[in-house]
Amino acid sequence: MLSKNKTGWLLLSPTILILALAGLLPFIYVLYVGFFQWNPLAVDPSLQFEGFASNYRRLIFDEVFLESIWRSIKFSVVTLTIELSLGFILALSLLSSFPLKSFFRSVHTLPLVIAPIVVGSIFKLFTVQGLGPLPHILKDYFGYTLNYGLNADQAFWMIVIMDVWHWTPFVTLTLLAGLSALPQDPYESAKIDGANNFQIFTYITIPMMVPVLIVVIFIRLMDSLKIVDEVWMLTGGGPGYATRFTGIHIWKEVFEKRYYGLGSAMSILYLYITIVICWVLYSVMVARGKNED
Amino acid sequence: MKTKKTFSKIGTTFLWSLLTIITLFPIYWMVLVSTRTPVELFGKPDLSPTFFQKVHWKNFTKPFLDGIYADYLFNSIIVATSNAALVTILALMATYALSRFKLPGSESIFFWTMTNRMAPPAAFLLPLFLLFSTVFKFGDFTLFDTKIGLILLYCVFNLPFAIWLLKGIIDGIPKELDEAMIVDGANLFTIFRKLIIPLAAPGIAVTSLLSFLFAWNEYLLASTLTSVYARTIPTGLSEFVTTTGTNWGTMAAVALVSMLPALLFLFAVQKHIVAGLTFGAVKG
Repeated sequence: MLSKNKTGWLLLSPTILILALAGLLPFIYVLYVGFFQWNPLAVDPSLQFEGFASNYRRLIFDEVFLESIWRSIKFSVVTLTIELSLGFILALSLLSSFPLKSFFRSVHTLPLVIAPIVVGSIFKLFTVQGLGPLPHILKDYFGYTLNYGLNADQAFWMIVIMDVWHWTPFVTLTLLAGLSALPQDPYESAKIDGANNFQIFTYITIPMMVPVLIVVIFIRLMDSLKIVDEVWMLTGGGPGYATRFTGIHIWKEVFEKRYYGLGSAMSILYLYITIVICWVLYSVMVARGKNED
Repeated sequence: MKTKKTFSKIGTTFLWSLLTIITLFPIYWMVLVSTRTPVELFGKPDLSPTFFQKVHWKNFTKPFLDGIYADYLFNSIIVATSNAALVTILALMATYALSRFKLPGSESIFFWTMTNRMAPPAAFLLPLFLLFSTVFKFGDFTLFDTKIGLILLYCVFNLPFAIWLLKGIIDGIPKELDEAMIVDGANLFTIFRKLIIPLAAPGIAVTSLLSFLFAWNEYLLASTLTSVYARTIPTGLSEFVTTTGTNWGTMAAVALVSMLPALLFLFAVQKHIVAGLTFGAVKG
């Protein structure tokens, strides 16, 4: 008979083993490769050491890389703002009753389960020049030319629209879950005290929703910082660098140009930035939780 | 007062109708494209539901009966099913250990598993590619371009998720029940079979379905770590972009087929999907 703790570790060991091999080991490996110059297609395809942190020094002055990070952050903030405001309105509206509500909610859940790459395909078919109905409709009724294959701004905002289409349902339904779990007493006393709807919203709903809001922001931010699939399908990162987010940039540098060393350093910096943002939000969450106790 | 209420009801219904159209219109267009010949797609887009009169079945039969997409579909089914099964079993064991044993550092282990899900996969593409193709080498066998490689790899993001989802459920089963069974001389296997699995069945079902869905939908890692033999449906879909003169009808058909499991799940576990995707975090 095994001792109790040994049984516990035994049950846990396959999980730890897989996560260590496929999660931790790649991290250590990429950290190691990041210190070397390595291009398997070069004359000398071995790892070359060119001074400590030479890749990192290069990256700090690499405008394309820095711009891709800035672009990812900008994209995340823009989509988060739109999705959060839209999602909150929709979640509030779902609290009241109106005809066909459950049908509408079911349809709203649909984009959530569709693969990002399929969402990219759907939007490509819908908006591509020559085939898609959207450019035609915009041209015929509004006189607006949509061609995100050439126009950088349109490409960026097209990705934003696609992301909003894909992920607003998630925000709506999570906030709805949070809203339905709120205690009813504060609302009743506020009504007795004669507060109007706006006051109830700003002084009761919002403060009570803060924990849920932070969770939603956290999850959405992490996801939109790592966006690749949809963008790759719709614009391929173009035109120019217009939609080249960090994930796509790393992919192109590593698998098209074969800059293994530089790509590793980029991966590490990318991870680092994600972790910092994650950590800041996490501290806010924890601080918030302590205040409440 | 009453008119005001009716008014807001009409407004809300109108808003949601509009939203439903925005959600469904692109999908409807994809279905239309998948049923038409290239000639029919030429020129001004025709939005009428022509699939009631005529379906160009070749868009479906060409990739899935004659083409390599049948293999891709087969690979996707194998990878997603095996991954879901593996993840569910491992997560059940791990969650039970985290929930019932006072292991030193189990909190940190729990947190560490979560960080695996948060990390951007693009940052791990290169090391995984190198590890798969050169480092994990057993004779001639490498993990690169194998289904087993993908199955193991998808555990990295599915296991943390499954553990998170199951933790709340297993914590909710009273400890006294397993203690009573241990007193009666039951071993661990019996506890799982007679107590944990029956009581956590709905949670286990949702966990495995969502794991399946995530594995089915995954694109970036599959496209990097496979080349010929283990390609999945999402990677096949992306191949349409690079080829010149895209055959839109076929692309729409492949996209539609790869969407089917998602649609089936939507009907099966609609309520749980949201709870699952939020990581059960709203509760805490």
